[in-house]
Amino acid sequence: MAQRIVIDPVTRIEGHAKVSVQIGDDGHVTGARLHITQLRGFEKFCENRPFYEMPSLMARICGICPVSHLIASSKACDAILGVNIPPNAARLRRILNLAQILQSHALSVFHLSSPDLILGLDSPPEKRHLFGVAEKAPEVARDGIRLRQIGQQIVELLGGKRIHPAWVVPGGVSSPLTAEKRDQIQALLPDGLAALDRTVDRFRGIFQRFPEEMETFANFPSLFLGMTDGAGELEYYDGPLRVAAADGSVLATGLRPEDYPKYLGEVAENDSYLKSAYYLPLGYPEGMYRVGPLARLNLVTHCGTPRADHELGALRTFAGSPLLSSFYYHHARLIEMLHCVERIEQLLSDPDVLSPHVRAFSEPNCEEGVGMSEAPRGTLLHHYKVDRNGLIQWANLIIATGHNNLAMNRGIQQTASYFIRDGRFSEGALNRVEAVIRAFDPCLSCSTHAAGQMPLQIDLLGPGGVLLDSVSRTS
Amino acid sequence: MSSSKPTLATVWLDGCSGCHMSFLDMDDRLLALAEQADLVYSPLVDRKDFPEHVDITLVEGSVSNTDDLAKIQKVRAHTRILVSLGDCAVTSNIPGMRNPFGVKTVLTRVFVDNVTVPKPVPSEVIPALLDRVRPVHEVVPVDVFIPGCPPSADVIFETLQNVLAGRPPHTGQVQRFGA
Repeated sequence: MAQRIVIDPVTRIEGHAKVSVQIGDDGHVTGARLHITQLRGFEKFCENRPFYEMPSLMARICGICPVSHLIASSKACDAILGVNIPPNAARLRRILNLAQILQSHALSVFHLSSPDLILGLDSPPEKRHLFGVAEKAPEVARDGIRLRQIGQQIVELLGGKRIHPAWVVPGGVSSPLTAEKRDQIQALLPDGLAALDRTVDRFRGIFQRFPEEMETFANFPSLFLGMTDGAGELEYYDGPLRVAAADGSVLATGLRPEDYPKYLGEVAENDSYLKSAYYLPLGYPEGMYRVGPLARLNLVTHCGTPRADHELGALRTFAGSPLLSSFYYHHARLIEMLHCVERIEQLLSDPDVLSPHVRAFSEPNCEEGVGMSEAPRGTLLHHYKVDRNGLIQWANLIIATGHNNLAMNRGIQQTASYFIRDGRFSEGALNRVEAVIRAFDPCLSCSTHAAGQMPLQIDLLGPGGVLLDSVSRTS
Repeated sequence: MSSSKPTLATVWLDGCSGCHMSFLDMDDRLLALAEQADLVYSPLVDRKDFPEHVDITLVEGSVSNTDDLAKIQKVRAHTRILVSLGDCAVTSNIPGMRNPFGVKTVLTRVFVDNVTVPKPVPSEVIPALLDRVRPVHEVVPVDVFIPGCPPSADVIFETLQNVLAGRPPHTGQVQRFGA
């Protein structure tokens, strides 16, 4: 008998989603889909508002990575002003962005995924949360909370507020960094590096306990897309895009953000509010690519800071290069966290970091602007058109999770097909379908500019998809 | 959950999750809170259905689609003290900005105008958007309001401490409005 399993809501992810898994008459999985169930419509309601409102308005797309939207939006506004911002404004924006990647990755690794990794994917669902981790391994929970806190404290010291700071503005940032605050940020970093050293040592061993998941969590060839510094070093703030094939060969490099309509396509799916992006030269859906930590590390030759490069080398020795299994997103996130702290340290040691020249002023000079940056989960793009008075006439946003939509859907199908066999499945099997989504760390808040003992609602479908019976199991 | 501790839930309707992030910004105080109350339902835990009885539920976000509507009615029916957390829950804030345009215009812009290959607007499996986005108290009675975009971790913590101790919820000094 054909069945349809619905996991609703998918939990320990950043947003609203359900998954449906179709099981055929022979008991095998015939399809699996991720449905994003929220939509707000930023692309419409920003119309006729002044462009300088955009950074603070667009930051409200997402409370997890508001800084990414502040930065991509401000860069689009810089282009509308037609200015080169002062070098120290770019430096301060970089530090803010790195601090945010640190806190967001800590959230993903510790608050959302560590219950699976520390307690086990088959552990009792009622204990499978951060507080369950705190009971079994208090040092892990403490390090996770501390790492997220350090990232958030740096955001607050720079921007005045942990979530939705208004400090990043068209033309730069609104105020310079004081020596006192610089010292306060510097004082946080040794603690962060110590917690990260412990974390990387601990998780290196823990990841080895999941050979089947490494094999089946969205483990397939795909393209990879992301920003680099142009020469092959990790870069999050400004640089050309690169596209690489699954064998590591570079398909395109030096792609300019403002040319994105030439190489990125977007298509609507009939069962999700999240659109799918694809690499235009290869078409839909062959142009499937992945973005985010895994893709970024596959696209660069090195990170550019010693601890991160050491760990990246170790991972490549163990797992090869490029990394194809999405299970390695977790490990990639730890490497990026090391890099963020190391890079913040480097940027703060520059004497010019206290320069008071942090903002360029101008009336709008151009009618269009594109801003791009690397958000924690991947490449983020804001594109605005304004009239002569600087009122927004049109906007388009492509967010990290939309880039990964095709790969996530293919990933849940791969995981479901492996762990659901002969029409039988355990709670742990369904948790694995959710866990592969957690590996991508989709930010569904972002996606929707434009989800125990599970309640499993199982629909029994007869020929032609007629609903014969529906069984709901609750805790 | 076998203990006699009060139960706590957090619910995310249509918002950016910034209020949930501010909840996590309680940092170490999260572990102290876990000593005082059991977090029985939340995007952070794996229980999928809302429990029969919850003492305190924090709601982030406004009521924007048919799922939100069904969910908030169920949450209200099973909650003793319902807290509207943050500006989207309290005023409908950013999600409410689509109200003057109407659902159809918004969907057309996102899914027809701004795509490479136009296809029909998504309609399968996913919940329909409501004509008007509404704050929580327009749909169900609310006991406590915490404004802010987002409310700070301090105001969330102090409000919870007051409510757990049976005191009036309000936290004059740390409260912030707007921004």
